[in-house]
Amino acid sequence: MAATFPFSAIVGQDEMKLALLIAAVDPKVGGVLAFGDRGSGKSTAVRALAALLPKMKVVAACRYNCDPDRPAEFCDECVARAAKGGLKSAQAPVPVVDLPLGATEDRVVGALDLERALARGEKAFEPGLLARAHRGFLYIDEANLLEDHLVDLLLDVAASGENVVEREGLSIRHLARFVLVGTGNPEEGELRPQLLDRFGLSVEVKTPDDLPSRIEVVRRRDAFESDATAFLAKWTKDEARLRKSITAAREKLPAVSVPDMALERVAKLCMALGTDGLRGELTLMRAARALAALESAKTVTDEHLRRMAPSALRHRLRRNPLDDAGSSVRVDRAISEILG
Amino acid sequence: MTGDSAWSDGVAAAQLFAVDPFGTGGILLRSRAGPVRDRWLAMLRAGLHPSHPQKHLPLHTADSRLLGGLDLNATLLAGRPVAEPGLLAEADGGVLVLAMAERLASATTVHITAAMDARETIVERDGLSLRMPARFGVIALDEGLEDEFAPASLCDRLAFHLDLNDISVRDADEIGLDADEIASARERLRTLKADAAQVEALCTAATALGILSLRAPLLAIRVACACAALTRHAAVEQDDIALAARLVLAPRALVFPPAHEPDQPDQPLESPPENEAGNDRQDDQTPDMDRALDEVILAAVQAAIPPDVLAAMRAGSLGRLRSRSSGKSGALQKSNTRGRPNGVLRGELRSGAKLNVIETLRAAAPWQPLRRREGTNPGSTLPRILIRKDDFRITRFKQRSETTTIFVVDASGSAALHRLAEAKGAVELLLADCYVRRDQVALIAFRGSAAELLLPPTRSLARAKRSLAGLPGGGGTPLAAGLDAAFALADLIRRKGQTPTVILLTDGRANIARDGGQGRRRAEEDAISAAKQLLAAGIATVLVDTSPRPGPLAEQFAKEMGARYLPLPHADATALSRAVLASVA
Repeated sequence: MAATFPFSAIVGQDEMKLALLIAAVDPKVGGVLAFGDRGSGKSTAVRALAALLPKMKVVAACRYNCDPDRPAEFCDECVARAAKGGLKSAQAPVPVVDLPLGATEDRVVGALDLERALARGEKAFEPGLLARAHRGFLYIDEANLLEDHLVDLLLDVAASGENVVEREGLSIRHLARFVLVGTGNPEEGELRPQLLDRFGLSVEVKTPDDLPSRIEVVRRRDAFESDATAFLAKWTKDEARLRKSITAAREKLPAVSVPDMALERVAKLCMALGTDGLRGELTLMRAARALAALESAKTVTDEHLRRMAPSALRHRLRRNPLDDAGSSVRVDRAISEILG
Repeated sequence: MTGDSAWSDGVAAAQLFAVDPFGTGGILLRSRAGPVRDRWLAMLRAGLHPSHPQKHLPLHTADSRLLGGLDLNATLLAGRPVAEPGLLAEADGGVLVLAMAERLASATTVHITAAMDARETIVERDGLSLRMPARFGVIALDEGLEDEFAPASLCDRLAFHLDLNDISVRDADEIGLDADEIASARERLRTLKADAAQVEALCTAATALGILSLRAPLLAIRVACACAALTRHAAVEQDDIALAARLVLAPRALVFPPAHEPDQPDQPLESPPENEAGNDRQDDQTPDMDRALDEVILAAVQAAIPPDVLAAMRAGSLGRLRSRSSGKSGALQKSNTRGRPNGVLRGELRSGAKLNVIETLRAAAPWQPLRRREGTNPGSTLPRILIRKDDFRITRFKQRSETTTIFVVDASGSAALHRLAEAKGAVELLLADCYVRRDQVALIAFRGSAAELLLPPTRSLARAKRSLAGLPGGGGTPLAAGLDAAFALADLIRRKGQTPTVILLTDGRANIARDGGQGRRRAEEDAISAAKQLLAAGIATVLVDTSPRPGPLAEQFAKEMGARYLPLPHADATALSRAVLASVA
């Protein structure tokens, strides 16, 4: 596999990088959508995240990434393993699973194992991408071009956190909790509103327009392409530091307090913007808390809300055909009204 | 640029691509099929390494062929799953040639660009999970006419954009590329790198030329290195950078740093102002870059841009024209019953879905032994083939949705006095074109205090002509009412699954407000808010200025509604209809 460009070497794109880090700290934030210009490093950032994330504890050889510390959530295979007393745990990289366009449904949800069916005439379940992404990230590049039937399927699983497969008389049910990460270019087509709403955070990505950062982007990319090994070596320290801060933030997260005042502000913001449902409020609160944890703060402040509100809310606004101001502008307006 | 220099650019691009097919991404070859293109392709073929694969991708390649999947024959024979590589993986280490790239489906484009970015194909199909290396260079053959272009996301990744359309066969000398020379250049390429100042200069130039994508300077660096390798330079030199700028940056340029000459922003592209090529340029906008190298790059770019295009760039009027993504006539719709086949899908047999028998059998084939073994009571005869519900494959179709062109005609006093007759003539011509394309047309007229739907969407040319001929003129200009009516109709059309296009013929001098009240100011405000609805809904709009002296008023208004602005040339309805068609087709 080709080497991955390091996360910390990405120039600018602070909003997108922050959103991905927030999702890494608290997966409950519910996914990141990065929409924007061609060639602005969206895919690079997501793939870089995979290399950055600290490892996680899994049951060794489990095909569903079961967490050994949560026996209540074991898959059938792990239940059997535990009963036999042969349960071993191991460290594994957090999965960042690519859902390539053109994937067929059987590979996404899982299907009968063809090899075993052919060779031995056995019926055995072969888990799909959803199982592989459990406790990790599921990445869809060009999410707006994903086939509708796959989108429906993903929405279903993302909502229930569980994948149910009925094939050839086989009935399988396993957990599939993942952070959905989508990238795309609005010029290629819009994302269906139902899918839009499923993403916790939405960021707009633009190619940098100031000359110094443009030069820096090209310079780093060029250095990486000419000698990936040397380039990666140069950035290992920064990567390690960032990795450590994610681990630390995860530990601190439960202790971060959200004062009533902040909750009230969140509610006011969402009311002012007329966002549908409670999802916006919950996401903003969680994202602000994860940001506080990432910055080693003990309580959520207005500043945290201010920084997370645009990405948590901008894709939840009702469209107003008579207001041609972009949704980002509307969110900014509401923020300055309510947070001062 | 003469045909001669265009051809030498073509030769240079072919050589450089052959040196580094993968690093330079590829070549967009805009050219009709013909001897010039054939000659160019033959030349390139000679330069490519014979052992490297050259794969041709036909236009409507199915995903299964493109990405690969299960080789059913081999699988059944071997009794275990056997994968079959797709075209993308087969092109690994070589060249992928795309035929008719201007008509490439967006799904196909995405697979190609994803493979280019990841250098491999990731396949999750037919029970297989495969990663296969796919490093290739792309030759995109773009036979597009005026307004059809290869997908922008693909072009962005191809270093060279060539246009061979204006080259005559006489200019296209048969040049054989020296394969050995190219192979040895490929060896030298590894040691070559652009230095920091060169990288900076290319970035600076790209920014100054209005090129947003950062892939352009990156590709230019690759090209400069390939050029240095080919010319046996020990390091990347100024000439290499200049050639890279000429080949990579010039075709992408949207603006050119303005020279000190009187600005003529109103000049349309077709009749550029007299341009004195090579006159002194002022680069005050970018003070802190390497002057000398920058001069070289901009001079190289300027030399490669035809004078008329350069003039348009200086006037800043090229932006929209170049940035348009591929042309489309009617958005694509998915359908279960009609249109061109668009892949198969696991599904249930209901509501007229079409069963794809072959695919269903294919899906069932691998499971036959297993099912036979499970066959209920021994002794009872099983059918020859055991098909289950899971096997059903449904063919999906896509169809081009119909386009409905809505003509919104200003029949007020101000317009009627001057140009109503000419506008009518132009609409008639456009109607004829719509008829040829089997588009529907609708006609809305506004005058006095209200707008009236004279003709609901129809294909009947005769009816359209009649209602147009009977259109009286005179009265106020309730522009807002006209636009509101157009928006309502466009919205309705869109809900029916068709694609609306609005063509507005007016002089832009609104004087009746939405509520029928008089007063220019309020009328204009209302008109602008009505126009913004069209913009917000993303409806394609063309504004044809019918005033005797087309001026900034209507143009400003067109900008507000995101419409394409066209002044109506005097007594030339043919030119107008051509221009309108070009912008909506």
